[in-house]
Amino acid sequence: MSSIGTGYDLSVTTFSPDGRVFQVEYAAKAVDNSGTVVGIKCKDGVVFGVEKLIVSKMLLEGSNRRIHAVQRHAAMAMAGVAADGRQIVSRARAEANNYENFYGDEIPIKELCDRVASYVHLSTLYWWLRPFGSAAILGGYDRDGPQLYMIEPSGVAYRYFGAAVGKGRQAAKTEIEKLKLSELTCREGVKEVAKIIYGIHDEAKDKAFELEMSWICDETNKVHQRVPADLLEEAKAAAKAALEEDMDAD
Amino acid sequence: MFATGIAEEDRKGSYVDRSISRPCNFEISQQSPVTHTQYPYVTGTSVLGIKYKDGVLLAADMAGSYGSTVRYKSIHRLKAVGSHAVLGASGEISDFQQVTQYLDELVLNDYMWEDGNKLGPQEIHSYLNRLMYNKRNKFDPFWNSLVLGGVENGQKYLGVNMIGVHYKDNHVATGFGNHLARPMFRNEWREDLTLEEGVKLLEKCLLVLFYRDRSSINKFQIAKITEEGVVISEPFALKPNWDFKAFHNPTLGADGSW
Repeated sequence: MSSIGTGYDLSVTTFSPDGRVFQVEYAAKAVDNSGTVVGIKCKDGVVFGVEKLIVSKMLLEGSNRRIHAVQRHAAMAMAGVAADGRQIVSRARAEANNYENFYGDEIPIKELCDRVASYVHLSTLYWWLRPFGSAAILGGYDRDGPQLYMIEPSGVAYRYFGAAVGKGRQAAKTEIEKLKLSELTCREGVKEVAKIIYGIHDEAKDKAFELEMSWICDETNKVHQRVPADLLEEAKAAAKAALEEDMDAD
Repeated sequence: MFATGIAEEDRKGSYVDRSISRPCNFEISQQSPVTHTQYPYVTGTSVLGIKYKDGVLLAADMAGSYGSTVRYKSIHRLKAVGSHAVLGASGEISDFQQVTQYLDELVLNDYMWEDGNKLGPQEIHSYLNRLMYNKRNKFDPFWNSLVLGGVENGQKYLGVNMIGVHYKDNHVATGFGNHLARPMFRNEWREDLTLEEGVKLLEKCLLVLFYRDRSSINKFQIAKITEEGVVISEPFALKPNWDFKAFHNPTLGADGSW
């Protein structure tokens, strides 16, 4: 799949003979090498889960936030280059704020996604800018119900039932496809996402990881919140138990 | 400013020379600083505030006067800020609405940190102070007297702000309330007022204001802030008594009056 784009990969404003923009593809590689980020849309909301690979034992637990609230009714989970991700979140917040000041109402998730995708795309159009090395899983709850989108470094954004980016995305997507999302409540969804992330974590390649989860659902009054500590513990315990079952089965 | 708008300078074909948009003054004397229209149009009258045993109570009527006409009768002059503070305003209503928009943004940005911390009433009051003072220094003030009441960690807070002057006290009032309500507060306020006593005291003052302040109407709201949070009452009316002897023949002793 990956090919060397010798000569055609030096600038984001250069196409290769077979119509590819290599710089954008390389940006996507930065996302592929990061810890897995999963988002699912349940029947009453959206749930985010991030496999935060711990780079240093000196890091305080809970630092290196990967899921950021955008206004109250939406949030973005970032994968890839952390600093690029912060910039995208900052822009998303500014866009949402601007919409609210102008139209007097919370920005619809679709509109927010369009604006963020345009911004990400912008950086693939000029030679003096480099593309963002992050992907964002954007989820929110507006008057059209809960929605989930994913914005890639190329500026492309699609709406999803379930999305995953990062190292374990293939395995995660397979697991997500097994879920009956339209019947899942967010409470159950939290447990499922924890299970998925624990399941796809590669103990051999990466050492420790911290699970960060958040949700926006009817239960939280359609407002973004960290998953409460007790529910998170429950989900982690269930995930670890499921892992052991699998190991025993083998 | 708007995502869909284009700054004047960037619009092709239109060149706006900033230097000629200011009034030209060939006189040697100093140009006076650029000022903006600053008389209020739609105004609210007094806001009252008292601390009581469990927290803070604010009260205001719902009138918006257009000069001497009481034009709007359902203006909400008390607004919740965050979860443990209420802002009440007298003066220009549109400026109050703008201030609350800034405060909503402030509270939202604070919320988005999601770090377990929250701005308390003292901090919000400080922010208001900066806002008011900075506008005043640009000769473009918010034409309001703002009252901020709130509770944080058991500490009750009640502060006033106008053109960047701020102070706090156990009982405050703006406008006419300063002249009519504060004397009553000074006589009757106690640290351990119960909710009923506090409301009764406020209602007494609101009624006097209704009798004597021509920009007030008989439609009020009272906001209660306690450790549990903010509750702003539904609009209610008080029962005025027009049977006072003085009201029977108000011009007795005032020859020439009608």
